Amino acid sequence: MLKFILRRTLLMIPQLILLSIIIFMLAKMMPGDALTGAFQGNPDVSLEQLEKLREKAGLNDPWYQQYGRWLGNAVQGDFGKSYVHQQKVTSLLAGKVENTVILSLFTLIVTYLIALPLGIIAGRFTDSWADKAIVTYNYFAFATPLFVFALLMMWFFAFVLGWLPYGSSVDIKLESGTWDYFVSRAKHLVLPVLSGSLLATFSTIQYLRNDIIDQKLRDYVKTARAKGVPEAKVYTRHILRNSLLPIAAFLGFEITGLIGGSVFIESIFSYPGLGYLFIQSISTRDFTVVTALVMISGTAVIVGTMLSDIILSIVDPRIRIE
Amino acid sequence: MKNPVLEIKNLSTSFNIKGDYYAAVDDVSITVHENEVVAIVGESGCGKSALALSVMGLHNLKNTKLEGQVNFGGQNLLSLSRNALNKVRGKDIGMIFQDPMTALNPLATIGRQIEEPMDYHMKLSASDKKKRVLELLRRVGIKNEQRVYEQYPHELSGGMRQRVVIAIALSCDPVLLLADEPTTALDVTIQAQIMDLMKELQNQMKTGIILITHDLGVVAEMADRVVVMYAGQVVEIADVKELFANPLHPYTRSLLNSIPANMEGKEKLHVIDGIVPSLQNLDRTGCRFAPRIEWIPAEDHEERPEMHEAEPNHFVRCSCYKTFYFPEDRVGEREYVATESE
Repeated sequence: MLKFILRRTLLMIPQLILLSIIIFMLAKMMPGDALTGAFQGNPDVSLEQLEKLREKAGLNDPWYQQYGRWLGNAVQGDFGKSYVHQQKVTSLLAGKVENTVILSLFTLIVTYLIALPLGIIAGRFTDSWADKAIVTYNYFAFATPLFVFALLMMWFFAFVLGWLPYGSSVDIKLESGTWDYFVSRAKHLVLPVLSGSLLATFSTIQYLRNDIIDQKLRDYVKTARAKGVPEAKVYTRHILRNSLLPIAAFLGFEITGLIGGSVFIESIFSYPGLGYLFIQSISTRDFTVVTALVMISGTAVIVGTMLSDIILSIVDPRIRIE
Repeated sequence: MKNPVLEIKNLSTSFNIKGDYYAAVDDVSITVHENEVVAIVGESGCGKSALALSVMGLHNLKNTKLEGQVNFGGQNLLSLSRNALNKVRGKDIGMIFQDPMTALNPLATIGRQIEEPMDYHMKLSASDKKKRVLELLRRVGIKNEQRVYEQYPHELSGGMRQRVVIAIALSCDPVLLLADEPTTALDVTIQAQIMDLMKELQNQMKTGIILITHDLGVVAEMADRVVVMYAGQVVEIADVKELFANPLHPYTRSLLNSIPANMEGKEKLHVIDGIVPSLQNLDRTGCRFAPRIEWIPAEDHEERPEMHEAEPNHFVRCSCYKTFYFPEDRVGEREYVATESE
């Protein structure tokens, strides 16, 4: 098992390198560069000055030279300097990575906390009123655009009821480390997390429900019943274990969706995370930041798929690799 | 006479199809005695599997209606609650399923799956359970039982898996075994091995066995008594020797006549006309086999066919058996094909 995990981890390295090349090339192919983003239309900066700056920053070199430089620095943890913010990318990202990881993690957990029970109920009691209600909710979750839903949530809970803050990640007046600070952070998380997870549940619910309905009719379930296994145990010991396989396989995909979603969520709730920064950086063509951000989200997806593989190999003996 | 283990009385199993209930098992009465192998034979769709599932309570009760009685161990299984039924199945009744490739949970070890019924029906320590499982594995002819105990279903061959399925059925010393086509999904050499195993086990234990099959070879080899079913009804019941020597019902005779081995050098194989009607299209008045033997005049059938004791302990439905004959020109329209074993 350990060997499998190790090998799977090593396999990530070429994946990451390939990913970085593609990202770097795409970032270079974007029309304009960081300097156009920062200074274009500024009457105080002439085109000659811009050209000089470009030459100085090495932006006129062929892409592979730039890539080599970038990669050499990146492996040392240096992702270059943001042209727009005039700040090292790493220090720019510092607090934001943490914010986004917290947001995504909670969104993922809450998504599963909602989706797994609902999926199980819908699958086990097919065609009951509970199943119908869950499926209806699911169609709504599937059809509702995230940004509309997030705005509605904000309008209702922050504006109409006034229970929760509109945005940001914490009350700025508070000192970090205190209890009040912690409470304020938690309060600020509720709306973004709920807005993200209430909609993200649909794929898990749908997959789980359909898989349980499918597994219910399998022969091994008949065998279990013929053994005299109580109905509840037929589900926990037999059907659910089998039905959770596709959910585990879906984890990587779920994480990808989360990253996409966090761009909306963070922008709407002005939550100082990567997603918010991402949109800003793309519109100002701050390519060092964009590359770093895409690298981070790409890595998250690769790690997510790896996690899926590892979980699957633990649960499913058929794909256990020696 | 030996003690009856299982008494099925006027059992009807009806399925809901688009709002109406249609009986797949229609007023069937069968008794199984201690240490007796009762074979139930018939074509696909004659209701033999539905019968077995009814005894085990494995139908989805949302769209299935069960009537009659299944008396076992002093109680009517059909009237039991789920919980009460769970105390019987797996303990006193074991079931062997048709397809060993799908009958086992792919995610649990073999040891775990054989142990499971003991969790609910026997109070054994973990080590005693393991000991018992290993012994069961040996009894069903698995030699490297220590290894198989740890293995998963996908690591075993079909024949091995069927042995495991049998071990599960035997795990709590049942008094009745229901074997639903236990050899159908296996290839021929393995079929023979599994049949040998079942015979051996039956000799060792005093269990009654209901053997559901459409393989008359298996019936001849294993059964003490044979129940022939057609379109949900029992059409003939007799001891195995009597049945093969003196089949009465036209359906039984047609079935026996369709076995290549019985052709004695004739070139053509007998084929029964038509097909088994589907549940919705079945004409439930009169003799149900009549449409497939149209050359027999209508007045030879009973209006409401009943079971008659034609010979001592030999029961047959309808009166059409008395005048039934195979017409000369109908002795087969199909070329004999050596590979056809059914």
